[in-house]
Amino acid sequence: MADAKKPIPVPNEDSMEYWAGCREGRLMLQQCEACGHVRFYPRILCTACGKTDTRWIQASGKGTVYTYTVVHRAPSAAFKEDVPYVLALVELDEGPRMMTNLVDTGDRKLEIGMPVSVVFEKMSDEISVPKFKPAGEP
Amino acid sequence: MSGFKRKVAIVGIGETEVGKVPHLSPMQFHAIPALKALEDAGLTKNDIDGVLTRGSHTEDFAMHSAVFAEYMGITPRYTAKIHLGGATSCAMVHHAASAVAAGLCDTVLIASGDKRLSGLTRERVVAQAADYGHPQFEAPYGSLMVGMYALAARRHMHVYGTTPEQLAAVAVTERRHAQLHGGAQKMDPLTIEDVLSSRMVADPLHASDCCLISDGGAAIVVTTAERARDLKQKPIYILGAGEGSTHEHISQAADLTVCGARFAGETAFAMAGVKPSDIDTAMLYDCFTIVVLMLLEDLGFCAKGEAGAFVQGGGIALGGQLPVNTHGGMLSHSAPGYANGIFHLTEAVKQLRGQAAGRQVPDAELALVHGNGGMLSTHAAVILGAH
Repeated sequence: MADAKKPIPVPNEDSMEYWAGCREGRLMLQQCEACGHVRFYPRILCTACGKTDTRWIQASGKGTVYTYTVVHRAPSAAFKEDVPYVLALVELDEGPRMMTNLVDTGDRKLEIGMPVSVVFEKMSDEISVPKFKPAGEP
Repeated sequence: MSGFKRKVAIVGIGETEVGKVPHLSPMQFHAIPALKALEDAGLTKNDIDGVLTRGSHTEDFAMHSAVFAEYMGITPRYTAKIHLGGATSCAMVHHAASAVAAGLCDTVLIASGDKRLSGLTRERVVAQAADYGHPQFEAPYGSLMVGMYALAARRHMHVYGTTPEQLAAVAVTERRHAQLHGGAQKMDPLTIEDVLSSRMVADPLHASDCCLISDGGAAIVVTTAERARDLKQKPIYILGAGEGSTHEHISQAADLTVCGARFAGETAFAMAGVKPSDIDTAMLYDCFTIVVLMLLEDLGFCAKGEAGAFVQGGGIALGGQLPVNTHGGMLSHSAPGYANGIFHLTEAVKQLRGQAAGRQVPDAELALVHGNGGMLSTHAAVILGAH
């Protein structure tokens, strides 16, 4: 387990545009052309109205913390050096919620509702994952 | 909604010992309680024409129910392996009752066992526990299971003012019940202070807010109400059941403080024609303390946000308004992996038969059993009655 690696996302036909965006530092979401609903994670149909006409939009990268936990026990050896780390759900300004880590929190007191903004952390040449830091941080 | 009310009954139950039970094979954790349940009912394996299982972490055959039937020498007309996580056990009762009421088969054997404590290495337990988040959108962030339930706990605390002491009160109450049971895995004394000073795993959930890891298995025999009248035990009727699935991955949940138990409960109560205040005892899935509070609220036993105070005031203790998990639940009795929740069902049957000895709820006539699977994702509620 000592050489365990963190799970690296494998893009598929639903998600390749999303991960391509992340690689270039853009958080891409799908919006339904029929009803306007913005969804995450990427998939073939609108979860609100069921239509399949879809456009990709670039998210602002801003959101607020919906909930969070400070994890003290690593789920695998790959995360041992990270504990304690912050696992969170962030509600994007565009509507959808996503799981992420809160990073660069420094001495900031974590709280539900705090504004955050996206940063991208490179895992491999192909994959960068979106994480969030407190907004307005220098 | 007529459902299978008054048409179907539980007529036999069987259990293995729980805790660390290294001397039984994974299939024996199914077969031994199955034989006990058949003996309890006064039936033999040749009376069985329906078989439902889930499988075990240590030996999870792709077609587990067929392998189990083969092992037992049973040739069922109706069989399935059902996987709804922690909702599986109650869902199996739902499926069995539906099949019997529809005439697909007459007598169903439900068997669920696992050897999660002594049958797996620590590394495999941890690896399996880590394998729950969405592989692309959750797992890269270190989405361990307790962390995801902690997300719900934190949100509940934020919205309703629920406290760590109230969460701890769930574990403390269940430990007292386990001590009265006498055959539970954990029976040493536990105080609120003990829970709060146990290791923090994912804030606000401490080690003692988390369920055990156990070996154990149990089985249940379900048949027609008509046939039940001629068998050994007093029939326990399946009055209502319902399921509700809202998502699988927690980042997809619409609201982290309300779960699909609301829909599952509404369906079960409507079918049974009873209301939450009629229930004498409830066996509620308790993988983490927060889940018991959410289920008390979403099943209608408490108003939203009031379960913490209800538990702290002794509401779920024996002698309280609604005794919950009188065997000690998964926090103290046992949590045998894929079989989680099966002991909630056998305990409810014992309570309704009046066979719960020193932990008997006086005159218990109606019980609700609820299973929660995934990340507050899948839900199954079953209402059982002595009449």
